[in-house]
Amino acid sequence: MSGSPDGSDAPASPGRPVRLIESAGHATYGVIGAVGRLVRQLGGMGYLLFDTAACVFRGLVLRTDKFGWSALAAQMVRVGVKSIPIIVLVQVFIGIILALQMAPTLESYGQIGTVANIVAIAMFRELGPLISAIVLSGFAGASIAAEIGAMVESEEIKALRAHALNPIRFLIMPRILATVIMLTGLAVIADVVGTLGGYLAGCGVLDISSNVYIENTRIAVTHKDFFTGLVKAGVFGMLISLIACYEGIHVTGGAVGVGRATTATVVRSIVALIATDCLFTVFFYLYGV
Amino acid sequence: MADEPRNRRIMATAPPEDVIISVRDVVKSFTNSDGESFRVLDGVSVDIVRGETLVVMGGSGCGKSTLLNCLIGELPIDRGHVRYRTKEMKHAVDIAGMDDRALNAVRKRFGILFQSGALFNSLTVAENVALPLREHSYVDASVIDIVVTLKLQQVKMLPHRDKLPSQLSGGQKKRAGLARATALDPEILFYDEPSAGLDPVTSAAIDDLMMDLSKKLHVTSVVVTHEMDSAFRIADRMVMLDKGRVLRTGTRADFESLRDKPVESLTHEDDRLMHQFLNGATSGPLTDAEGTSEFENQLMIHG
Repeated sequence: MSGSPDGSDAPASPGRPVRLIESAGHATYGVIGAVGRLVRQLGGMGYLLFDTAACVFRGLVLRTDKFGWSALAAQMVRVGVKSIPIIVLVQVFIGIILALQMAPTLESYGQIGTVANIVAIAMFRELGPLISAIVLSGFAGASIAAEIGAMVESEEIKALRAHALNPIRFLIMPRILATVIMLTGLAVIADVVGTLGGYLAGCGVLDISSNVYIENTRIAVTHKDFFTGLVKAGVFGMLISLIACYEGIHVTGGAVGVGRATTATVVRSIVALIATDCLFTVFFYLYGV
Repeated sequence: MADEPRNRRIMATAPPEDVIISVRDVVKSFTNSDGESFRVLDGVSVDIVRGETLVVMGGSGCGKSTLLNCLIGELPIDRGHVRYRTKEMKHAVDIAGMDDRALNAVRKRFGILFQSGALFNSLTVAENVALPLREHSYVDASVIDIVVTLKLQQVKMLPHRDKLPSQLSGGQKKRAGLARATALDPEILFYDEPSAGLDPVTSAAIDDLMMDLSKKLHVTSVVVTHEMDSAFRIADRMVMLDKGRVLRTGTRADFESLRDKPVESLTHEDDRLMHQFLNGATSGPLTDAEGTSEFENQLMIHG
């Protein structure tokens, strides 16, 4: 223990068991740190959501604060209206891909007409809301995080507070409400456009008659499919905006920090969207929704 | 015991009803990512008298910006009191531990000019000035427009009213920020490094504007700066901070007299430190205190 085997004073390197214990300790420390950061982020997002709900309540029910309709309208245009073209484009492609990928297998069973049923259910229940949300996390989520992050860096948020103006009401509430409302609306457009993509592939490439395709779609989709998709879209919208706002207001370190927040928003949104979608699917499956 | 008379100078001699902000024994610490705690303000006490221009000065990292943030309620203090007594208040109110709603009522009585101007980049200059008025009053838009015009005229920014902040120079941003800070006719104006990043001429113009506003609007001004030319131009009283503590509070004449004294005549360490800072000397207690780094020592020892 007193020295190395060659008799020099250099400290002896630790043995293998010690190194293993050290590695396990480092790994445990890392996991605890990651869990701590996750809990802190979830807590922070919960706090943002609560504050936003309180602002909505004060603005619409108690009417003690101004609501900020113009800011909400501006954000709805920015988050929703401007993302319509890209959502339409992506969903048409998804509809075409889905129809053509399923066609060979269904054709081998002589069930080519059921392409319409599968595309419609997949679009309304799953792909309409999910793909729209993923697109929106890159399109709007990243820009919300970058914008709020830049405002933090240029002391604009501090200036709002210094002028006795609540940044939650001014910045966070319009963005969260706009994303929830517009993603729900975008999901409806995505459902229709995705189904249309399937229709184009089914009638144009797979030689399914137009009447059969439309009739199969009508039979396959129920109100339940439509509304569960909308509920998902609303929750997805809330997740994207909460993550984006949280990342934005916690920016530190100038331009590098803004870039980091933008990337974190997209990555965390996508993980959160798919995890939440999985939870929804398990819940709907277990309860027969 | 030797420092007792010196500490007594920290307090203003004005009657209590004339003290608009009273800062008492304020302590503020920060913790870094390694869990180490750093005390940035270490028992700061100072009185700010109604109508005066108080300049808070000190080197980088001395705690002056932290003090400003504590004064405006941006940072919660660990210990001590920050009491406000504006005209409409019968008694002084302590903002330490105040909730947001109560704090906002106090905040409506002051305006702040941030170092960068902190204008809202998505709004024009006029919209920036109109924002506090629009949000804190229910007056007609035409009345707000008149007030905005007056405020912009005061800071000579009327020709730029429809420009976005990105189209303005540094000096213009400060002027627009000043117009916004005065939008609600505040009793107190806080300035965070008003001359930072400006050329000497523009800096002097901003100083003139601050003095002009102070005189016309009868506001109390608290200016955080390390620009000595500017400080001596605008100050009624001055506070010198070092390592989170108040070294001295005094009138501008007191500090001018200290600045002009030969350094050899100063026996107290604090006086020599302030003398070095006021004169911008490269050698003295300020730079000696920084000392040689461990790395430099190693270099000297090992050649």
